[in-house]
Amino acid sequence: MSTQDPVAAFRVEAGELLDQIEHGLLDLGHRLDDRALIDEVFRGLHTLKGSGAMFGFDALAEFTHHCETAFDRVRKGLAPATQELVAVILSARDHMRALLEGDGTGLEATGAAILEQLQAAIDGCAGEASGSSASPVPTSPAGQAARGGWRLFFRLPADAMANGTNPLMLLDELRELGDCRIVARTDTVPPLADLVPTECHIGWDVELRGDISRDDIDDVFIFVMDDMELTIEPLGDAIAQAPPETIEEVPVVEVPATAQDVSVNRVPANAGAKTNATPGESVRVPAERLDELMDRVGELVIVQSRLSQLASGHGSAVGNELALRSISEEIERLAGELRDTMMVLRMVPVASLFSRFRRLVHDLARETGKTIELSTEGETTEVDKTMIERLADPMVHLIRNACDHGLETPEDRLATGKAAAGQVHLSAHQAGGEVLITIRDDGRGIDRARVRAKAESQGLIQPGQQVSDHDLLQMIFHPGFSTAAQVTNLSGRGVGMDVVKRTIESLRGAIDITSVPGEGSTVVLRIPLTLAIIDGLLVRVGEGRYVIPLGAVEECLELSLEEDLRSRGRSFITLRDRLVPFLRLREIFDTGTRPDPHQKIVVIATGSERVGLVVDQIIGSHQTVIKSMSPLHRDVATFAGATILGDGGVALILDVAQLVMLGQNQEERLRAAG
Amino acid sequence: MTASILTVDDSPSLRMAIRIALTGAGYDVTEAGDGVEGLAAAAAKRFDLIITDLNMPNMDGLTMIRELRQAPEQAGVPIIFLTTESDDAMKQQAKAAGATGWLVKPFVPEQLIKVSRKVLGR
Repeated sequence: MSTQDPVAAFRVEAGELLDQIEHGLLDLGHRLDDRALIDEVFRGLHTLKGSGAMFGFDALAEFTHHCETAFDRVRKGLAPATQELVAVILSARDHMRALLEGDGTGLEATGAAILEQLQAAIDGCAGEASGSSASPVPTSPAGQAARGGWRLFFRLPADAMANGTNPLMLLDELRELGDCRIVARTDTVPPLADLVPTECHIGWDVELRGDISRDDIDDVFIFVMDDMELTIEPLGDAIAQAPPETIEEVPVVEVPATAQDVSVNRVPANAGAKTNATPGESVRVPAERLDELMDRVGELVIVQSRLSQLASGHGSAVGNELALRSISEEIERLAGELRDTMMVLRMVPVASLFSRFRRLVHDLARETGKTIELSTEGETTEVDKTMIERLADPMVHLIRNACDHGLETPEDRLATGKAAAGQVHLSAHQAGGEVLITIRDDGRGIDRARVRAKAESQGLIQPGQQVSDHDLLQMIFHPGFSTAAQVTNLSGRGVGMDVVKRTIESLRGAIDITSVPGEGSTVVLRIPLTLAIIDGLLVRVGEGRYVIPLGAVEECLELSLEEDLRSRGRSFITLRDRLVPFLRLREIFDTGTRPDPHQKIVVIATGSERVGLVVDQIIGSHQTVIKSMSPLHRDVATFAGATILGDGGVALILDVAQLVMLGQNQEERLRAAG
Repeated sequence: MTASILTVDDSPSLRMAIRIALTGAGYDVTEAGDGVEGLAAAAAKRFDLIITDLNMPNMDGLTMIRELRQAPEQAGVPIIFLTTESDDAMKQQAKAAGATGWLVKPFVPEQLIKVSRKVLGR
């Protein structure tokens, strides 16, 4: 971890602890008497409490402390682990996350309510938890002081030295307190034959003069006090021997040196935390990957020094040119390798994505009264970190659909000869430059008749129109399309599959659905490995240059003059007996210059929908490093981002999904017009 | 010679806080993530001080302290344990296992350094 800020590190770590607690609780829900799981959850709570207090998350620490105390009763076998308790602690865990992420205001009521539930869940006995007293010091006669000093005798326990206590250091500490006279008592040292060299046989008489509080002396012996032989008495009679000035000095001032006193000023966590309040923004990187990167950087430095040597050198022109070319090749290779290494750094396993859904499925099962088993596969498949974040919402929706609409109730399942528990299976694997994520359920499958009825009522297809099964299933991706007969709490709110589809496409991915009635449905998401670099097709429109993601390009053709004239105002071309709408980018971008005589059409597609883009010139393929648009331009729909070209110019990257939609609208308008 | 300290804790943030405090005070710090790693590190080199958490996965601090004290070459190495336990039982157990001293969480860096100085004498 490169960050040097423990508070930031704690945030990341606390997030992981919370996940660990959640997993433990979910597993515990299945195996209520698994001691190992109970211990695991307890340890998670315990560490969270301890570290939370260390880094100034007091509200979190205190709340967690109560949960820990309650859960400790389960750990000690005083209270049974129940489903109810697991559910309450799960909600407590969510509250902890809120405390971790928020500034803690306005959450007290929620916290108190959860603690009440917790208390109820644990037989109403949890409340007696005493507040933690953080006192490391055995209570001693506080603040007692003797004016003249103290006379003490101590003898360490036999194992003290083996256990790391060095009597010389104790004596040194006493010397630091004040004027000290030390006499060793050797009377208990055994004869050489019986002497155990690792044991301490000597006792010490110490006369300590000065204004010294009893606490200071206790502090010296704090670690050994319980087992050792120690007598401490004021040097009452000895006052006369003390130097006169000590007698006249002011009464003893308490020295705030014990652990108790200092514990008030903790690490000022929130001051630093405010500045980077978005947790989870760091990526954990295995060290060997960093080493690889370091190697490349090292090579780069060498090449750079060669270059500067060349720049200052006096070689012949021909020799220089040769050397320059070799350096250029070297840098090209290094840049490629650096890019690849760098991209790998951003990759995280999808396990981190999949694991979030366990809780979701658990909650869904509770809400719907179904029994649902979630299985996962290929969790080690790696995807770009940003991609993981953006995939979470659409996947939540798909899993909800599967659990809510797909899976039947246990009774219905048994009636059709299936196991009572419904299966939801998530899998991920890499195929070339893409990752396939599959969400499969073994539920009732998609009801074709209902989809057809809905599609007809929405005018998407004509009544009785022949539609292939695949195309029929695609209907569910239309905006506002929901087949749920009854809208439930979970899904069927009409914001549905169309949003999912759009999100996946904005990631330059694709979504496909297959379904066998009575056997279940499978949704496959195909997403590119990374969002940062794509292969693009560089084109020119007027004077501007634009990049079209190469994956979306189906073919390029020339717009012949006659076709151009014929299609004026209609903007359709016939491509292998199919009408394909096309967009004149010159018109969309309001280009003022004269068009090139031979315009080209780039046909792009998402799924089965195609649209042609008319451009002036196709420049060629281009490795495109995607730069995101400024916040000001983020809402411009036609563009997905920008990139910088080799000559320093800027090219905008076209948003394929948006353009296809534009084309489709145009087609529909045209159809409507007859 | 700089005193070398081994810190054993499953919490990276806490290890980081300890490392920053102790290296700032001029100590040489080695980190381990649990009791098993701690034992391995201690076997490879004799440290001047070991600071360990008690509650850890794989091998907890108590077990690690016991194992350390079994090894003759670890005799006399001071071991400080970190604890959030407010009850004395844990402290007694750790002491019985052979720990030298303790530090109660939460603590500030000054306390950590003070305790280290106390047992190291430097």
